[in-house]
Amino acid sequence: MITVWVPALLRDLTGGQEVIHMQAETVRQVIEQLDARYPGIAARLLVEGRLRPGLAVVINGEVSRQGLRRRLAPGSEIHFLPALSGGA
Amino acid sequence: MTTDTLPADTETVETAAPARPHYRVIGTRPVRPDGVEKVVGRALYGADIYLPGTLYGKVVRSPHAHARIRAIDVSRAAALPGVKAIATAADLPLVEDKILVTGEGSVNQRYQSMNTLARDKVLYHGHAVAAVAAVSPHIAEEAVALIEVDYEVLPAVIDVRDAMAAGAPVLHDDLRTAEEGRKLDGPTNVAEHLRYQRGDLARGFAEADVIVEREFVTATVHQGYIEPHATTVLANADGQITIWCSTQGAFAVREQTADILQTPISRIRVIPTEIGGGFGGKLTVYLEPIAALLSRKSGYRPVKMAMSRAEVFAATGPTSASVIRVKLGATRDGRITAAQAELIYAAGAFPGSPVGAGAGVIFNCYRIPNLQIDGYDVLTNQPRAGAYRAPGGTNAAFASETVIDEVCERIGMDPIEFRLRNGVREGDYRATGPVYARIGLRETLEAARRHPHYTAPLGGPNRGRGVASGYWGNWDGTSSASATVNPDGAVSLSEGSPDIGGSRASMAMILAETLGIDVTDVHPRIVDTDSVGYNDVTGGSRTTHGTGWAVYDLGKKLIAAMSQRAAHLWEVEPEAITFADGVFSCGDHALSFKELAGRLGEAGGPVMVSTTMETTGAGPGFATHLVDVEVDPETGKVTILRYTAVQDAGTAIHPSYVEGQMQGGVAQGIGWALNEEYVYDQAGRLVNASYLDYRIPTALDLPMIDTVIVEAPNPGHPLGVRGVGETPIVPPAAAVANAIYHATGIRMTTLPMSPPRLLEAILAKES
Repeated sequence: MITVWVPALLRDLTGGQEVIHMQAETVRQVIEQLDARYPGIAARLLVEGRLRPGLAVVINGEVSRQGLRRRLAPGSEIHFLPALSGGA
Repeated sequence: MTTDTLPADTETVETAAPARPHYRVIGTRPVRPDGVEKVVGRALYGADIYLPGTLYGKVVRSPHAHARIRAIDVSRAAALPGVKAIATAADLPLVEDKILVTGEGSVNQRYQSMNTLARDKVLYHGHAVAAVAAVSPHIAEEAVALIEVDYEVLPAVIDVRDAMAAGAPVLHDDLRTAEEGRKLDGPTNVAEHLRYQRGDLARGFAEADVIVEREFVTATVHQGYIEPHATTVLANADGQITIWCSTQGAFAVREQTADILQTPISRIRVIPTEIGGGFGGKLTVYLEPIAALLSRKSGYRPVKMAMSRAEVFAATGPTSASVIRVKLGATRDGRITAAQAELIYAAGAFPGSPVGAGAGVIFNCYRIPNLQIDGYDVLTNQPRAGAYRAPGGTNAAFASETVIDEVCERIGMDPIEFRLRNGVREGDYRATGPVYARIGLRETLEAARRHPHYTAPLGGPNRGRGVASGYWGNWDGTSSASATVNPDGAVSLSEGSPDIGGSRASMAMILAETLGIDVTDVHPRIVDTDSVGYNDVTGGSRTTHGTGWAVYDLGKKLIAAMSQRAAHLWEVEPEAITFADGVFSCGDHALSFKELAGRLGEAGGPVMVSTTMETTGAGPGFATHLVDVEVDPETGKVTILRYTAVQDAGTAIHPSYVEGQMQGGVAQGIGWALNEEYVYDQAGRLVNASYLDYRIPTALDLPMIDTVIVEAPNPGHPLGVRGVGETPIVPPAAAVANAIYHATGIRMTTLPMSPPRLLEAILAKES
């Protein structure tokens, strides 16, 4: 089971649902399933079939650079967060 | 190997299990490999490069904060003897939207181009409009004065609250607010709205016994690096461009310049010079594309450009001014029930303030069941905000840690005890979402509470002690490195991370530790973009983590390659070779690394290895600071009497450089807290663009800053490293504000807490 934390400003699409559980093997499948349940989410997360610039996928606390291809182990937790603007 | 003794004012605390491995080199204090050439003045910085035939470039800058450019007349400048080239935005290709993530910020290259040379509008006082290359800097300056720009002056907006108001002057007619993948209607200065939310805020506040709500205002401040931006660029007729510059990221300069000039990236070679400070301010290009244009237009002569201090202040990215509102509720037994924050950060002329990072800092030290954080990236007629050491973090922590101090006062609880009751630990969720692996906040709190400073008498009137904690997420990123083994056993290490804070020494130590050789037998070099694989910038406190991991991996590859040579020499299979404590052995055979290096000619030839890694696992950094101040009630001047910074470094590779980072961060944070601010006139013109009028702390303003390094090894790194460069600038403003309160009874909510501002508050309280 994968745990997906829905970004706060997308919860208007999920009826306020903060956390969603699903079976998925990749980030792409997660977004496909989210969009199937809550139409419109993919359009907010993707641009031209890729993750929107400025958006980071965080899996079990680590930012993934593999985008939609990233494979997920059972029990993974996913957050979609703003890619950190944020040097020394 | 040369080591120093531990200074008397420092302490290193190893935390509970798992115990740190025994290291031979890591944790010692060897002298820096680049020390001699810097001490004798032979190190080459950005402005030290000189090529035959060099021209000198100067920039025409806007005298207005906001104006439309009607026309630019360069004819008089072009006619001046000695002028070889003039460039305006008309010489730049149009650049499409492209988001470039630098690790310390993301930048849209279309805006980057517009910032390099203004097109139809100037958007801040100091915005580059045109540039000249001439045979001497004096002729170039004269020519700059001869360029006539016809402006239609427009209303300007500096304060973020004004910029968000209805009817505010709009900087970009095509800008729409981005809100999690959608664009809101209508022209605006609000580039982005972001939100973090969890739990039930109303219920959380209803459960609270005490609620504190305050608004904070912070000023625009600059990184204040000593070396101004400087570059020399040579464009060749065959399309190749070579750039020498002072930068935190040679590969970032290459990519940005390639985008702005629409030139193939492989035709650009960037040679990073030594760097006299950056603190995030040298992640983006300002002069390099202009110098390249001028070099091309001058008939392919090298063009050298160096900013004055006034240009650095006026035209390079400071960090954001901000307005931050914080509301926090807690029970009388010291449990946070809810927290809410609204952060409004000034982005300057183009989107990209560090409000996202500030939103990440503001509550990430604490377990908060119900919270909401809103962030707004707001355009103002100021230079585009750049990264500055834990970008957005100092202002955010100033707000949240001040409110926490007030909550502690209201419920009568020791501020460290309160933080221990609510502080995050492994397995807790960040306010921004993801779960923490092992972290060291609590260890910093416990070390601060044990420290003699915490219970020492203040020793006089008008004195107070402040406490604040801070978080920074750190970054990992991509790093590459290569190494060759010399016949005398020394290893030449080539890396691509510009050395700002002593990273050459740390890289040499990691490789020496891995190879079991003396650190003086590793010769690190920072090389150009054609001579090593890709490296992300030196930023995000990533170098010791990311490049250090690459160098660690490089060491493992060297051992494997050297084992093959030993196997060849001893006529056995490589798997039969063992390596321990710097010695290769098999049966009765044994050779040290150095001995084997001397026999490579008969063992299969020279050894050279390289590596490139997309590293992960940048463990967050935490710190807790203690500060004692004395306030002069007649002048409002604050004197820092004593300062102790406690920080988790994971594993301190070179403790002296960790301590140096901690002290440097504190010094900058105190400057931000007490004196530094951009001052504008009514027309939005910056009026204090010099170190005479923009006051950074000097050695005379600060006591010795005591440091305590806590080591809670980062499980995401093979050596347990966490970045340390940025975390220490996060707590100081809040710690000083809290100390001022305990000295005066006045809660300062505006930065800087400068003498006039504090005196005004003192007089208001007395009246």
